[in-house]
Amino acid sequence: MSIRKRKQDRKTENESLSGLNRREFLKTAIATGVFATGSGLITSCSSQTLVRQAEVKYGTDEFTFAYISDSHLLARGREHRFAKSLIKAVEDVNALEPQPDFVLYGGDLAQLGLKEELSLGKEIIAGVKPKLYMMVGEHDWYFDMGEVWREYFGKPTYSFDHKGIHFIVLNSVVVEDYWSKPKMTPMERMLFMAQLDNPKGRPFTVGKEQCKWLSNDLSAINKNTPIIVFSHSPLYKLYKAWNFWTDDAEEVQELLSTFKAVTVIHGHTHQALTNKIRNITFHGMMSTAWPWPYAPEGIPKLTVQMDRPDPFNQFDGTGWGIVDTLHDGNVNKTYKLWDRNPMIVSYDKVSTGRGLVPGPSY
Amino acid sequence: MKTTHKMFMGLIAILMMYAASVNADNNSATNVSNVIQQSNEQSVQIVTACDGKKKVIVEGYKEGEPMPEQKAREVAKLLTALMGYCEEEITAKIPETEIAIQLSINGDPFISVTAIEELPLVLVHGGKPHTEREKRIWAAELNRMIDTGYKIFHDPTLGTNGISCDMCHPNASNTHPETYPKFQTQTKKAALLRDMINWCIENPQEGKKLSDDDPRMKALEAYIISERTGVILEPGKH
Repeated sequence: MSIRKRKQDRKTENESLSGLNRREFLKTAIATGVFATGSGLITSCSSQTLVRQAEVKYGTDEFTFAYISDSHLLARGREHRFAKSLIKAVEDVNALEPQPDFVLYGGDLAQLGLKEELSLGKEIIAGVKPKLYMMVGEHDWYFDMGEVWREYFGKPTYSFDHKGIHFIVLNSVVVEDYWSKPKMTPMERMLFMAQLDNPKGRPFTVGKEQCKWLSNDLSAINKNTPIIVFSHSPLYKLYKAWNFWTDDAEEVQELLSTFKAVTVIHGHTHQALTNKIRNITFHGMMSTAWPWPYAPEGIPKLTVQMDRPDPFNQFDGTGWGIVDTLHDGNVNKTYKLWDRNPMIVSYDKVSTGRGLVPGPSY
Repeated sequence: MKTTHKMFMGLIAILMMYAASVNADNNSATNVSNVIQQSNEQSVQIVTACDGKKKVIVEGYKEGEPMPEQKAREVAKLLTALMGYCEEEITAKIPETEIAIQLSINGDPFISVTAIEELPLVLVHGGKPHTEREKRIWAAELNRMIDTGYKIFHDPTLGTNGISCDMCHPNASNTHPETYPKFQTQTKKAALLRDMINWCIENPQEGKKLSDDDPRMKALEAYIISERTGVILEPGKH
């Protein structure tokens, strides 16, 4: 997609937002001979337009980042269908023009946490041209408790700042020890965790230790700074039986509750999901490997469900996505579905609930 | 159907006649026995069918006392239903207050049925109610088949590439077994559930398809159908 086309799309999505976006503001500012600093701080304002624009004092640069998630690679080489899908996603991201500022990998790179799987994944994912940030999923973790993953990709919990937005990456797949007492082997532990419909499965948590870290990390951040959190599991409670669930979600939401613009982007659910809880907007990520069915209950009201994918088309209902940040730090989310039209969930639609109707394309 | 209907109407007429005339004699279709005093001195009337094998004991009415029309109809309906089981000797008891009817089949102890419509179920096994032991054995056998299916459904060795059924179908969701047989547009022929199971084994799982009488196929079907039983149908979503 050309830069002009994408900017047009973005403009369409933004048109009902109050105030001007940064680009328009700069245009106006230049036209009226007023100078703005990089942070949007207005040094001189006399016209009405510019007084209104002063609201974006803490505004950020608009930019785009991409994500790829849930590839579930098996140690069966680059010809296996899941490996081919990840390669396809990497190629698609690299073909974006202009290139996204960075790429977030959403977890579950491997299927059974094996070194061979993670090595294959590392090799393929290293092909993305933009900067890459990694997040961990339960399939990466429970064979060796994240040993190889950490060796390859570093800490699973960290934060970084990019163009005025504070990004946080969490390991949200922490579960209580179910393996020591029955003396499970590492593979038994992994298979127990890998089964989505495991009736004995344990709920994911962020855990006390990370909550403490998060609280500490956020303490240095201005409340007007937009926050984007990446978590593998949704940071809310959708359907416990399939672990579409984070057991201490409310505690994490509470830590984020004082910030003005908060977005959580999660993997694990392999489907389009939209939710809003108080100040937090939630978006799901597509899997490159396969789509999960929607849970029988708990689907958030704002979610427009994808039609059931065609099992005869291995790429249907799978894909990757991009996230366009807005000047106020909220985001427009685009699901890039292979073999379907893109599905755009704009912040305007989420905040007003308008326009969230299934279209002919998905 | 017609015969039953005629017989039913005949019985109604006879019982109505009986109710109208306390002194009516026995007739060819229905025999009213003498007063039976039960141990609790409860008053009962006994209505016996013409074959002599079916009896309805009506509690709360003395022998010879006219029954109200509604009660008479109830007795007639029950007796008509019992007449459908020619070989069996059945005694039915209509309690005065309870809704359930008590049935004794071929001299066995009385069992409760709440509706006459349950009769075929009660009588299908020779009129003998299932024992708890039998029920447990049958449930265990059924569950064994379903459990085998569950294991195969979650086992990647059904295919060759590490993919198992549950990876796309947790709790057998999106398998919708109730919709088969149907014309499968992608394969351009009518398909049964087992055809689609085989399609999945051969395609996403890159395995070898199972024959229709393969115990693994039967177990998979048993698991899928049992898992989806009672799930709400959502037309248009499959």
